[in-house]
Amino acid sequence: MAERNMSLKKCPMPSLDPNYRNKVFEEVATGYTYDMAIEEARRCLNCKNKPCVSKCPVQIDIPAFIERLANEDIEGAFEIINRSSSLPAVCGRVCPQETQCESKCVRGIKGEPVGIGRLERFVADWHREHSTQAPKAPASNGHKVAIIGAGPAGLTCAGDLARMGYKVTVYEALHVAGGVLSYGIPEFRLPKAIVNKEVDNLKALGVDVETDMVIGKVLTIDELFEMGNEAVFIGSGAGLPRFMNIPGESLKGVYSANEFLTRINLMKAYRDGSKTPIRHGKKVAVVGGGNVAMDAARCAKRLGADEVYIVYRRSMNELPARAEEVEHAQEEGIIFKTLCNPVEVLGYHNAENPRDPRNGEVIGMKCVEMELGEPDASGRRRPIVKEGSEFVLDIDTMIMAIGTSPNPLIRSTTPGLEANKHGCIVTQGEDGLTSREGVYAGGDAVTGAATVILAMGAGKNAAAAIDEYIKSK
Amino acid sequence: MFKIVKKQPLNPTVTKMVIEAPLVARKAKAGQFIILRASDDGERIPLTIAGYDREAGTVDIIFQIVGGTTMELNTLNEGDYLPDFVGPLGKASEVEGFKKVAVVGGGVGCAIALPVAQALHANGCEVHSIVGFRTKDLVILEDEFNACSSKVCMMTDDGSYGTKGLVTNALEELIKEGNQYDEVIAIGQVIMMKFVCQLTKKYNIPTVISMNPIMIDGTGMCGGCRLTVGGETKFACVDGPDFDGHLVDFDEAMQRGAIYRDFEQHTRDEFCNLMNKEVK
Ligand SMILES: Cc1cc2nc3c(=O)[nH]c(=O)nc-3n(C[C@H](O)[C@H](O)[C@H](O)COP(=O)(O)OP(=O)(O)OC[C@H]3O[C@@H](n4cnc5c(N)ncnc54)[C@H](O)[C@@H]3O)c2cc1C
Ligand SMILES: Cc1cc2nc3c(=O)[nH]c(=O)nc-3n(C[C@H](O)[C@H](O)[C@H](O)COP(=O)(O)OP(=O)(O)OC[C@H]3O[C@@H](n4cnc5c(N)ncnc54)[C@H](O)[C@@H]3O)c2cc1C
Ligand code: SF4
Ligand code: SF4
Ligand code: FES
Repeated sequence: MAERNMSLKKCPMPSLDPNYRNKVFEEVATGYTYDMAIEEARRCLNCKNKPCVSKCPVQIDIPAFIERLANEDIEGAFEIINRSSSLPAVCGRVCPQETQCESKCVRGIKGEPVGIGRLERFVADWHREHSTQAPKAPASNGHKVAIIGAGPAGLTCAGDLARMGYKVTVYEALHVAGGVLSYGIPEFRLPKAIVNKEVDNLKALGVDVETDMVIGKVLTIDELFEMGNEAVFIGSGAGLPRFMNIPGESLKGVYSANEFLTRINLMKAYRDGSKTPIRHGKKVAVVGGGNVAMDAARCAKRLGADEVYIVYRRSMNELPARAEEVEHAQEEGIIFKTLCNPVEVLGYHNAENPRDPRNGEVIGMKCVEMELGEPDASGRRRPIVKEGSEFVLDIDTMIMAIGTSPNPLIRSTTPGLEANKHGCIVTQGEDGLTSREGVYAGGDAVTGAATVILAMGAGKNAAAAIDEYIKSK
Repeated sequence: MFKIVKKQPLNPTVTKMVIEAPLVARKAKAGQFIILRASDDGERIPLTIAGYDREAGTVDIIFQIVGGTTMELNTLNEGDYLPDFVGPLGKASEVEGFKKVAVVGGGVGCAIALPVAQALHANGCEVHSIVGFRTKDLVILEDEFNACSSKVCMMTDDGSYGTKGLVTNALEELIKEGNQYDEVIAIGQVIMMKFVCQLTKKYNIPTVISMNPIMIDGTGMCGGCRLTVGGETKFACVDGPDFDGHLVDFDEAMQRGAIYRDFEQHTRDEFCNLMNKEVK
C-alpha cells in the first residue's frame, strides 16, 4: 500500500490563466497530471462506512476506485466507476461535488475533502485516451425499446438497455445528440469531443441514434409502440425557457440563455467564420445565479464584452451555481450584482425617425435593490424590494437565465400521460413508470431543471425497470 | 440524409425543390413547416411545406434566395442530399368549417399561402385568392392558385402584369363588392400583413396571419421566435406560425426580424465572393 498523503488541501486543479482564457473557448480546467492524480488519490482514507458514496446519486464505489488509482491501476479504477456511471468524464467535470460526494468526505472535516470529481475525471480521461478496445454489441435478446431525447437521461438508459441485449433506438429532436451537454454547457467547461465520444461508444454497442426526430410531431409515442417497441423512455429534458414578463423583454438584444448558448455551442457561433449570427455585446447583464447564468456570462465575456454582470436577486451565499463555476467566473472578471432584480428593459427609441435601425435596441436595464427577509418554502431567505432603490444599469445585451420547464410537445400528444402543474411528467417512484403502461420517464422532464448525474441516475433506474417489465410480460 | 429529387426555378430568385422525406410527408398538413440545414456546418432555417406526396414520400419546399443559407441551398442539385430536414413543425392551419375565405399572398408568401388555399378548397370552401408581386418576372404559382380558387386577383406593384396596385386595394374592393368572408388569411412580408389586418379590422373580418420570425430549434427551446400576441409572449414555432392577426404586435416583430441585418449582409457578401472565386 502506497503511503497516505495527509495534506489538508486538495491538489489544486491546473487551469488556464484567467486573462488568457476569458477570450477563448479552450477548456479552462486542464485536468490533473498522472502524478497529481496519484498524489490526490492517496489522500483518501478508504473509510469502511463510505460516507461519500451515500451522497453520490449513482452510488459509485468511491473508496474502491480511488484505492485502485492510488495503486496506479487506472483501468481497474475505471472498471469500478463504469459499473455505476456511464458518463464519468462528464460528471467528473460538471457534478456539483461540493454538495454531493465531497460534502460527506471525512477529510473535509478538517481541511478540504478529497477531490473525488477531479479523480473521476482523470480516470475517465485516461481511459478514453489509452484504451483501444471499442465496446462490442452484445448478443440481441430480440426486444425493442425506444428512447426519446439524447441527453444524459436518455443516453444512460439507452446504454444500460443495450448492454442487456435490447435493440435500442434513441430519437433526438436536434441535429446532434447530447442534450444540454451539447447545446447548453459550453466547450470551455465540457469539450464536445468528450460528449461525441460517449455517443460513439453507444453506437458501437448497437444503439441507433436518430437525430432530427421531434417526437410528438414526426412520430407519437403510440406509433413507437406500433413500430414494435415494447417500452418507451422519455428523457426529453426541461428546455422551455422562462421569461420574466417585464416590459422590454422582446427588445433587440434580449436573449433567453438557451438561445444565446444554443447559438454559441450547438451552432458554433463562437468560431470565426461561423454562419450563425450572435450579438457581441459590450455591456452584458445576465439575470440569474445558476450554472446556466455562469455559462452565459462567461460566454459573453469570451465574445468580447468589456463588462459582464451577473444580476441575482439574493446574495452570494444563495447562488445555486457550482462553487467552482462562481470562482472561475470571478477570476475571469465577471461582476456580481447580487441583491438586485431587473424590473424593465429599456430600449432606444427615435421618435423623429421610426426607420432608425437602432430603434428597439437595448440601452439599459432598470433594476431595484433587494434585501433578504424571512426564509420561504425553499428554506432560502426571501428577497424583498428595497423601497426607492431603483437605478439603471447601462447595458446593450440582456440574457435571461431564470429557469426552464419541460417542453409540452410530448405530454400534449400522448393521451393518458399525466403531468403536474409545472408540466413535469408524473412518475410512480424511483423506477420512472408514468401513468401509461410501458412508458417510463426520467431526468429534467420529470424533476424540472436539475443535474446531469440525477438525470443519469433516473435513466439507469428506468433501464432496470424496463428490463424487469419486459421480462415479466 | 435527405435526397433532393427535383429542383425547379420558379423565377430568378425563387426555387422549388422536392425532397425525399417520407416521415415528414406522412404527417404534413397545410400551414406546417420544416427546418433544414443545407450543409454540415450550416444554419438551421425554417421553410414552409409547400406541398407533399404521401405515397412518394416527398415534401415540396419553395424558397426565395435572400441570404447565405438560401444561396447555399440553391447551389445544390437534383441527386444531392441535405444533412437535416426536420418536420412537420408548428401547428397546422385551420381549414375546416369555412364557407368563403379570402387568401392574400405577397411575393414568396404565396408559396406559404398556396397549401392553405388548396386545403380550404379541398374542404369545400370557396376561395378568393389575391396574390401580389413586385413585377411580372417574379410571378409564381399562378396556375396553382387558379386551380383552387373561384377568383384570383393578380396584382403587381408596377402594373406589368395583372392589375397595378397593392393586395390591400384588391381586398378592399372585393369586400366592398359585398363578398362576405368568414375569414381572411394573409401571408407575406410583415408590413403587408399589418396593413391587411388594419383593413380587415375596419370591416370586422377575422384574420389569420402566418408569422416568420427568426428560428433556431423550432421545438420551443430557445425562445428566439417569440412574439407578442394579445399582450402575451408566444413562440411562433410551437404556438404558431398562424396567429390572430388582430392581436399580433407587428411593429415589435419587424424590429426583431432585423436583429442580425449587418451579419446577414456580411455572410451574403462572403458567399457571393466565394461563388465569384469559384466561377473565375
Ligand atoms: C447551460 C447549462 C449548464 C448546466 N450546468 C450543469 C452543471 O454544471 N452540472 C450539472 O450537473 N448540471 C448542469 N446543468 C443541468 C443539466 O445539464 C441537466 O439537468 C441535464 O442535462 C438533464 O438531462 P436530461 O437528459 O434530462 O435532459 P436534456 O439534457 O435536456 O436532454 C433532453 C434531450 O431531449 C431532446 N428532446 C426534447 N424534446 C424532444 C422530443 N419531443 N423528441 C425528441 N427529442 C426531444 C432535447 O433536444 C435534448 O437533446 C446545466 C444546464 C444548462 C442548460
Ligand atoms: C415558419 C416559417 C416559414 C417560412 N417559410 C418560408 C418559405 O416557404 N419560403 C421562403 O422563401 N422563406 C420562408 N421563410 C423565411 C426563411 O426562413 C428565411 O428567408 C431564411 O431563413 C433566410 O435565410 P438566409 O440565410 O438565406 O438569409 P439571411 O441573410 O440569413 O436572412 C434574410 C432574412 O431572413 C430572415 N431569417 C434569417 N435567418 C432566419 C432563421 N433562422 N429563421 C427564420 N428567418 C430567418 C430574417 O428576417 C432575415 O432578415 C419562413 C420562415 C419561417 C419562420
Ligand atoms: S458521479 Fe458526481 S456525485 Fe458521484 S462520485 Fe462522481 S462527482 Fe461525485
Ligand atoms: S469519505 Fe473521503 S476519505 Fe473517506 S472514503 Fe470517501 S473519499 Fe475517501
Ligand atoms: S425557434 Fe426556438 S423556440 Fe421557437
